Amino acid sequence: MAAHLSYGRVNLNVLREAVRRELREFLDKCAGSKAIVWDEYLTGPFGLIAQYSLLKEHEVEKMFTLKKSRLPPADVKNIIFFVRPKLELMDIIAENVLSEDRRGPPRDFHILFVPRRSLLCEQRLEHLGVLGTFARREEYSLDLIPFEGDLLSMESEGAFKECYLEGDQTSLFHAAKGLMTLQALYGTIPQIYGKGDCARQVANMMIRMKREFTGSQNSIFPVFDNLLLLDRNVDLLTPLATQLTYEGLIDEIYGIQNSYVKLPPEKFAPKKQGEGGKDLPTEAKRLQLSSAEELYAEIRDKNFNAVGSVLSKKAKIISAAFEERHNAKTVGEIKQFVSQLPHMQAARGSLANHTSIAELIKDVTTSEDFFDKLTVEQEFMSGIDTDKVNNYIEDCIAQKHPLIKVLRLVCLQSVCNSGLKQKVLDHYKREILQTYGFEHMLTLCNLEKAGLLKLQAGGRNNYPTLRKTLRLWMDDVNEQNPTDISYVHSGYAPLSVRLAQLLSRPGWRSIEEVLRILPGPHFEERQPLPTGLQKKRQPGENRVTLIFFLGGITFAEIAALRFLSQLEDGGTEYVIATTKLLNGSSWMEELMENPSESLEEAPPEDAFGRSSGHSVCVQMEVVMSAHCTPCASSPHTLPLSGERGLTEQAAGTAHSSSEQADSASCLDSV
Amino acid sequence: MNRTKVDEEEYWNSSKFKAFTFDDEDDELSQLKESKRAVNSLRDFVDDDDDDDLERVSWSGEPVGSRTRPGSFQSLSDALSDTPAKSYAPELGRPKGEHRDYSNDWSPSDTVRRLRKGKVCSLERFRSLQDKLQLLEEAVIMHDGNVITAVLIFLKRTLSKEILFRELEVRQVALRHFIHFLKEIGDQKLLLDLFRFLDRTEELALSHYREHLNIQDPEKRKDFLKTCIGLPFSAEDSAHIQDHYTLLERQIIIEANDRHLESAGQTEIFRKHPRKASILNMPLVTTLFYSCFYHYTEAEGTFSSPINLKKTFKIPDKQYVLTALAARAKLRAWHDVDALFTTKNWLGYTKKRAPIGFHRVVEILHKNSAPVQILQEYVNLVEDVDTKLNLATKFKCHDVVIDTCRDLKDRQQLLAYRSKVDKGSAEEEKIDAILSSSQIRWKN
Repeated sequence: MAAHLSYGRVNLNVLREAVRRELREFLDKCAGSKAIVWDEYLTGPFGLIAQYSLLKEHEVEKMFTLKKSRLPPADVKNIIFFVRPKLELMDIIAENVLSEDRRGPPRDFHILFVPRRSLLCEQRLEHLGVLGTFARREEYSLDLIPFEGDLLSMESEGAFKECYLEGDQTSLFHAAKGLMTLQALYGTIPQIYGKGDCARQVANMMIRMKREFTGSQNSIFPVFDNLLLLDRNVDLLTPLATQLTYEGLIDEIYGIQNSYVKLPPEKFAPKKQGEGGKDLPTEAKRLQLSSAEELYAEIRDKNFNAVGSVLSKKAKIISAAFEERHNAKTVGEIKQFVSQLPHMQAARGSLANHTSIAELIKDVTTSEDFFDKLTVEQEFMSGIDTDKVNNYIEDCIAQKHPLIKVLRLVCLQSVCNSGLKQKVLDHYKREILQTYGFEHMLTLCNLEKAGLLKLQAGGRNNYPTLRKTLRLWMDDVNEQNPTDISYVHSGYAPLSVRLAQLLSRPGWRSIEEVLRILPGPHFEERQPLPTGLQKKRQPGENRVTLIFFLGGITFAEIAALRFLSQLEDGGTEYVIATTKLLNGSSWMEELMENPSESLEEAPPEDAFGRSSGHSVCVQMEVVMSAHCTPCASSPHTLPLSGERGLTEQAAGTAHSSSEQADSASCLDSV
Repeated sequence: MNRTKVDEEEYWNSSKFKAFTFDDEDDELSQLKESKRAVNSLRDFVDDDDDDDLERVSWSGEPVGSRTRPGSFQSLSDALSDTPAKSYAPELGRPKGEHRDYSNDWSPSDTVRRLRKGKVCSLERFRSLQDKLQLLEEAVIMHDGNVITAVLIFLKRTLSKEILFRELEVRQVALRHFIHFLKEIGDQKLLLDLFRFLDRTEELALSHYREHLNIQDPEKRKDFLKTCIGLPFSAEDSAHIQDHYTLLERQIIIEANDRHLESAGQTEIFRKHPRKASILNMPLVTTLFYSCFYHYTEAEGTFSSPINLKKTFKIPDKQYVLTALAARAKLRAWHDVDALFTTKNWLGYTKKRAPIGFHRVVEILHKNSAPVQILQEYVNLVEDVDTKLNLATKFKCHDVVIDTCRDLKDRQQLLAYRSKVDKGSAEEEKIDAILSSSQIRWKN
């Protein structure tokens, strides 16, 4: 089922099984038939750990999306709300419960908070007069969700904002808890390294939790040798740069949500005639992207410029394999050919999908505007002209390109110049406010608070020192057969990953000066192990480092870390954990202070026909569609993404139709 | 010997220890058992005073709101306020271990630990300021935002504002959580009081300003923005706030006026180009575009005239020209476009000048599907020869391409371009004439 989770150095299926078991146990506590009412945001993450069949086995007969007004009828004994601890969701729940038809058969209500119960939310329910209605109010500590064999994410939206803007450390507490769970499953991690204030906090919490742990010693042989905790604000630069790996570009252009992507359907229209393919599909094509798919595992982390040659090579191999049928003469040969057919067909389908995706991406990357944007980014990162107003950015504002794109570029310039000069900063601010609206002053303030946009202090620019010492800019990049992590941005080596690389060899002592320039303390802690559990490393055996990005990580950074893991003489393999998978645009969006109304009402183009930017509009659209609030006033509908996510998992990639029909009938709401 | 044996027996028999077996250690099942045991042991520290039921993993919630027991605190209201609990009684048993919840002698640190595990405990017993502050400190050490907030709710209810603020000021972590909490519940009044107390003037100002986003009615929003003007923003931000107010004030006047004009049906521009949306709350540049579109010829004295907007908001030349160009091109008012770039010097000679560069002018004109004659005129004004040639080729301004090649004496390029024009067209003839001319000394 989730076999790809167990291919890595650390078997993350163990963690997945542990969280699945918790879910089953909770469901069994609510005896009898049940319906789940979903906080829409949760359906994605849940899809990664449980398929619909699991829920069905535990008597979940219906599923709804959490919406205002009355719950749809469901002949079940239990109604369970699966929600994040958010106040606005409590209001909706209360409305649901209060409008419950009293004449119907009595039903039990329960709330499952994910990942934590919240006293504040319960107080709100209390004020609304419904707290006592709930037979069970429990929590489901879904702290770290396994995405891939080497990747865990908390998918906690807003973690960066909470930590670095609001000073609320709740998500750090969850991170520490997640790390304690991991240690319980995979053994105590003997060495902890860290850089940044949040990293220090998490390490402190872990040490404290361990001290409070009154039970017996953890007797599991440690799987991880090191833990490296990194603050996102140690490296604010990387997420701002456009990712240039295959997966990174898919995410930049279309947005990957819980390993699913929605793509324009035109390129995926069935080509064969007579398959009812008369009318073009209008609904977005939804694809799961994971290493369970052989081809994707091979190309996801490559620079996009190296993907085309792999795809064409694969195409040749597959067509050659299909040609084999002409050579099959004997019954035995034909039988053998037929037995390989399903695998070959799956490979052909996968190839067709990725060829289409690559074409879509190519349309964007070959556009003039993409080239211009990339040129400016690369100039900034290599330290050219970062201290004056940039023409391209001015043009973008003048043509009213999406604000997020403009903010990304301005922040990038600021970070690559250790802050902007007063005149430059004021100029950008004024242009942005006049063009996009004065209320964005609040957003600009947030960016300043987060350190993304700032005034250069004392006229000192530290970036050149960082760039040189950490070799952040590499002029000779081999995109086809990379020799350095800088291939992920065609020149720029992610600062965060460089820090990890230098820690493993030769050690941070060699870059003390640079570490002092970067914000927050750097530290090292040891968690002593009983002698029986101490590892005797075999010669040539790699260390395993768990690297935790507090505040988010990009796919390009993940690709760079995987590149390091695969180096023959690298010496370290990485398992990656984070609070959230992000890209520059989703990150900017998190930091924007926009009331929902302004997002909905503001036309992407001026209402009066002033034409705006071209292909980049997609970004905004993606970002906006990614951020769907469940409080729309439309009637209850099925949780589309979740339902699909859950069922598709159940059916695997093969779309077993019976399974889908089955679950669909159960999902029928009204 | 005997003693050891007993110990051994106990060891082998105790469910808490895992006996060594000859099973394949690597199979998934045994790994899972192992992991489950591990998670259970983890629960020991998360939930250390629960029973030893190995089957329970880490659920730490429990049913609340069931039958009220005398002297028991079961719901949040018991813990946090004096009102009696709602008495809806689901048929649920109480899990073991809950009985111990009602003890009255939990220390602040025990209480906080229990809160963290999701247990319900009364905070009301902590009456002295010292106890309350200790509660807060314990919560902060735990780093659990949920618990910190719970304690803050209690303190907010039981302490006077002055004391609460004073104590929070010296506890920065708790203070940040408190600010976040106030934003979350939307207690704007207390938040502003707090900022005032802390003398955080800029945050106070921003927080007040943020409120305008929740006001839908334009008049009310305008009035509210007026109250923001005097607030202690930074110098540049103050100017932006002032502009924001002035802009909305302007928009309200323009909107009322134009809506009237439009519905009266007497004004040609509104008849030909009905407005697609109201101008209220649109950005400044959009407003300028609107005014260049509908009110271009108005005298400077009117609120809706573009020149007035430019002056009032100190819109830079570049921005103004760009916006006016887009608006006039959209209306295909080529004469206005021409005037936009024509300057007269003191001798009365006219000269074309574009602060945004003529290559941009061409792009914008093309986007608004200007005819080739118009495009050609501006392509010719592009100074850089390469850019000119590129634009001319891109937008099929044949004459410009041909003349430029001639001026560059670039025979090869001209020959290449010959294949791109239509057979037998005037352009082809022109090219042939030039190519056969003996006057030109070709460079290639």
